[in-house]
Amino acid sequence: MTVGLGHYLTVAAILFVFGVFGIFLNRKNVIIILMSVELMLLAVNINLVAFSTFQGDMAGQVLAMFVLTVAAAEAAIGLAILVVYFRSRGSIAVEDINQMKG
Amino acid sequence: MDISIPDMVFYLFASITVASGVLVISARNPVHSVLWLILAFFSAAGLFVLMGAEFLAMLLVVVYVGAVAVLFLFVVMMLDINFSELRQGMLQHLPLGGLIGFVLLGELIALSVAWTFGDDVAKNAASPTPTDPAVTNTEALGQLLYTDYIFIFQTAGLILLVAMIGAIVLTLRDRPGVRKQNIGAQVNRRPEEAFDLVDVESGKGVSLPSKKG
Repeated sequence: MTVGLGHYLTVAAILFVFGVFGIFLNRKNVIIILMSVELMLLAVNINLVAFSTFQGDMAGQVLAMFVLTVAAAEAAIGLAILVVYFRSRGSIAVEDINQMKG
Repeated sequence: MDISIPDMVFYLFASITVASGVLVISARNPVHSVLWLILAFFSAAGLFVLMGAEFLAMLLVVVYVGAVAVLFLFVVMMLDINFSELRQGMLQHLPLGGLIGFVLLGELIALSVAWTFGDDVAKNAASPTPTDPAVTNTEALGQLLYTDYIFIFQTAGLILLVAMIGAIVLTLRDRPGVRKQNIGAQVNRRPEEAFDLVDVESGKGVSLPSKKG
């Protein structure tokens, strides 16, 4: 059985589910939640590139590049917010993050 | 059952990607999580190479492993966080998370198994992959990126700029009570406010004028 589109989609699906699962598992630790989001975006990228390859359409790879850009921006902003939050509260527990609302 | 070399490489990279994905979310130490994340990105880059997307694979290594993962490492190591406290009650959400994860996985796999391309999908490609083997992946991507997708490309740059400025604005802080060099004040100092010439009579001494500024 040669490796085809389905194989890549399955890998991406498993990776995506682990990303979702990681958010549930590490409800208190924002850093791990951010890493789970990165995993999910990676799964999406694998999907995009797989479709692009097996369908002969370069647009998928262009789109994957933009997803990569947005993921990098999101990581930078997320970690910056995390650092500010840690400075003001001395902890990164997400549970009491709703005390920040004005 | 014989498996060709590329297929074997696929299974190798795929299993490493999935295994390190598991370890990212289950590692006890967040520093280890980041290191597993790096491994996941790296083997995903291997999958990209297998699919013929060499440029994106290199981008993944450079941007993710080189920048994003190092950023994560910085933050994890810089903040003095009590991680064991954060791990308390970790298994509390395991049943619900596991249930949702399994349902999601089942749905996704069912979808990718049951679904096929339409007949005319090859004709409808937005920007077909060049069939000429002399055109490399990077060249093909560049020819698209700087023509058809130029505005989106510029927007991506703008997003990165906004993210950069946002991260700087968020984390920059003015701490009170810190002595800093004020270059403007130094340059604006005039001789007449910096020193006074005083004639001192011998044996009398001098009473110092009060300092200005």
